[in-house]
Amino acid sequence: MRSVRIENVSKQFGQVYGVKDLNLEIKAGEFFTFLGPSGCGKTTTLRMLAGFYYPTKGKILFDERDVTRLQPNKRNIGMVFQNYALFPHMTVDENIAFGLQVRKFSKAEIQHKVDRIRGQVHLAAYGNRKINELSGGQQQRVALARALVIEPDILLLDEPLSNLDAKLREETRIEIKRIQSELGVTTIYVTHDQMEAMSMSDRIMVMENGYIKQIGTPQEIYHQPKDRFVANFIGETNLIECSIQAIDGENVQVRTVNGHNLTGRKQQSSPSLTHMIGDKVFISIRPESIQLGTGENTLTGKITFVEFTGISVNYIVDFTAFSLKVMLINSYDQIKKIGEDITIHMAQDSLYFLGE
Amino acid sequence: MEKQSESTWTRIFHANWFVYVLISPLFLVLFAYVVYPFYQTFIQSFAGDEAFLHYKKFFDIASPANLEALWTSIYISFISVICCALVGVTMAFLLERYNFPGRRILSVLVLVPMALPPLVGVLSFSFLYGDSGIFPRIFQHLFGLDHVPFALKGIWGVIVVHTFTMYTYFYLTASAAIKGLDPALEEAATSLGAGRIRVWTKVILPMLTPSIVASSLLVFMISMASYTAPLMFGVERTMTMQIYLSRTNGNLEMAATQSMILSFVSITFLIIMRWYQNRRNYQNLSKGISVHRSEVSSKKVKIIATIASFVGTLILILPILVLILISFSVDGAWKTQILPTDYTIDHYIALFTDERTWRPIWNSIQMGVIATLGNIIFGVAAAYAMVRLNFKGKTMLDILIMVPWALPGTVVAVNLIAAFSTESIFSFNQVLIGTFWILPLAYFIRHLPLVFRSTSASLVQLDQSIEEASRGLGANWWYTFRRIVVPLTFTGILAGTLLALVQSFGEFVASILIYSTSTIPLSVAIFQKLYAFKFGTACAYGVLQICLILVVLIISEKLSKGSAGTAI
Repeated sequence: MRSVRIENVSKQFGQVYGVKDLNLEIKAGEFFTFLGPSGCGKTTTLRMLAGFYYPTKGKILFDERDVTRLQPNKRNIGMVFQNYALFPHMTVDENIAFGLQVRKFSKAEIQHKVDRIRGQVHLAAYGNRKINELSGGQQQRVALARALVIEPDILLLDEPLSNLDAKLREETRIEIKRIQSELGVTTIYVTHDQMEAMSMSDRIMVMENGYIKQIGTPQEIYHQPKDRFVANFIGETNLIECSIQAIDGENVQVRTVNGHNLTGRKQQSSPSLTHMIGDKVFISIRPESIQLGTGENTLTGKITFVEFTGISVNYIVDFTAFSLKVMLINSYDQIKKIGEDITIHMAQDSLYFLGE
Repeated sequence: MEKQSESTWTRIFHANWFVYVLISPLFLVLFAYVVYPFYQTFIQSFAGDEAFLHYKKFFDIASPANLEALWTSIYISFISVICCALVGVTMAFLLERYNFPGRRILSVLVLVPMALPPLVGVLSFSFLYGDSGIFPRIFQHLFGLDHVPFALKGIWGVIVVHTFTMYTYFYLTASAAIKGLDPALEEAATSLGAGRIRVWTKVILPMLTPSIVASSLLVFMISMASYTAPLMFGVERTMTMQIYLSRTNGNLEMAATQSMILSFVSITFLIIMRWYQNRRNYQNLSKGISVHRSEVSSKKVKIIATIASFVGTLILILPILVLILISFSVDGAWKTQILPTDYTIDHYIALFTDERTWRPIWNSIQMGVIATLGNIIFGVAAAYAMVRLNFKGKTMLDILIMVPWALPGTVVAVNLIAAFSTESIFSFNQVLIGTFWILPLAYFIRHLPLVFRSTSASLVQLDQSIEEASRGLGANWWYTFRRIVVPLTFTGILAGTLLALVQSFGEFVASILIYSTSTIPLSVAIFQKLYAFKFGTACAYGVLQICLILVVLIISEKLSKGSAGTAI
């Protein structure tokens, strides 16, 4: 279990920056996720931690040890690859034992450790199977066992669930989280799936185009996104363009382009935002925060889309200058039809102000 | 703690120039044994008082032997391409798309010509269809004629042999292309109202064009380099024969000049081939294409098909049968009869017991093994560098490895003569010509790309993350190479190795020019036995070679099937 510190790291590929001026600290034992769309630099960062790339500039430290230019085989990391990268010419046991053989453990010790980890990933009976005789989910667990059996200082997971189908993905997600918290190993997880990131991580780093957008706990990132990119990328949200009309203590009154007045709380806004009368701001409101009927911030609009998912009824409601996605928990009420009017309201606490 | 100084080694490993240290041995080998000999020939072709003296002689209208040879070579190659294309593509279509009696056996035998070493192939053809061949004599006896009514000889003899031995290039690429052809495309065209002819001309043929063009270039190149067939059918006016004659007449400058001109043609074709292969886009095959073979239904067609496939089978199998037959005949007893009259198994016993008969086999085994060991070391290293390392000069490396393969064996021999008839640092200050070592070197150069290409093909398929996984688990580079890279590319390495070994074992074209009389290789021994009318021994040698090739083909087949199961 080690902490990780990244100091001013940049990685250049020719003229193009993969990541630029990255600064980051990951605590020992933490489950930390790099989240972002493809090409944002998350995998590049992970590969620099593993030692497959060396930074063009900057430093990487495990605890206080400088590992910036250390070869990957000297770092004591466990890595799970997107395609698992299992050795196709070896059995399950031979795959798992590989790292232990490199470390020159005795035969008996190797057998003992392999058996134990194989049980932990629920593959007890599969030791002599060939890799191509396993299902995707089983291969995934072999890859995890192979990475964990060497008792790595840091566990690196590169989109490990992206090759699994939806149901298996959920199972494996829970499994990984369980094993990680049992072993308490520092874990760095790369994904473009915000659901995965939210459900597993202690903290998340959202990246875009090689830069850090925001670092925080899942709740912080969901409820207090720093800007429109993060708000849009994490979960679904409605963004409404407004201008500030009045500020009355904690309350901020804004007006939409077509003249609706809405009120929110000053503390519910991005840290970078300065509230000045006349400023253009964006209101972010999550679809599930919108409620049916009248109350604070009541609006009436026309339904343009209806969708029933079982758990919820989703509407898209048109207010001429903007439209809102509304998600109502299914309460066995009559579902409204396209073209009908609907009245909704939004609690003042649920509005969140973002800058340009 | 803050300023941890890196060790000297770490700094060296991370230096940008370190990769060039790693690849420099590869370039050194290529420079010493490909570039330098070629350059020596180039210099030699310009020897003399007058600039371009030998080139002027070559293109002199007054003594047109050389120009005639150039023309004949091109003419033979051109006709060979057409014949091979017709036979190869037709066979591919019949076997892939139609079901008829005898299809199964024919589809196995269609590759028999690949198992025939060039010299042995030509040999059996002249036994079958040559001036005193079995078939011409059958007709002579049948009709009571004074002379044989027909015989395979001259330019047409060469072309027939070329067609027989080289149509497989067309067959293999065309049948792969036909297999990859999505039947839905034809169905789509038909559903849009296209008739059979339109489907053929507008859909099928255009999709086969890339494979046909690639094979045409290849066959043209190999025909230009062909030496054995012109030699056996007595066509002296071809480029390769001219080089051979100039060399045996001691006119080394002219041999060098002719080599340069032939190299120019070959390398031009190599470049066109590479350009064409890079340019063409590979269509993605749709998954799970079902092979649908049309059943031949009409009774008349069925009878014709049966007869045709019987004749085809016969043509394909006869060269091997006749070799086996003659290998049992008593030397010197077969004169004007249709078939040999006296039989014996002495030749086979002699192969392994008579020191003089066994010697060439042993020579060839030694030379082949030495050359192949070199090919493995060089090929694996070059393939790894090519696929996994990043450095300037990759294209250069690739071309330098391919050039010796494109060069006719005759030219390789002439180059080696030019370079190693005197001491040079690349031969450790020894004269190599006239020693045992020149042939292993020639085999090594000629078969340079074989291990390289098969290894790099399997390396490309080996996902780099598998190597990274091993490194991540704490294995160093060498451990990873030994336990991961080599086992996973083993089938590729072995396939190339076996091919190189077999080809070295039967190599004739370069051998005949540079062998030393104290260490005669097998192929030259066959040639000499033939001229001493010891047909039986010559054929026994040939059968031995064919057996070896068959073993290798079977192993390769097994390997490619086995590896398909383990590949991810």
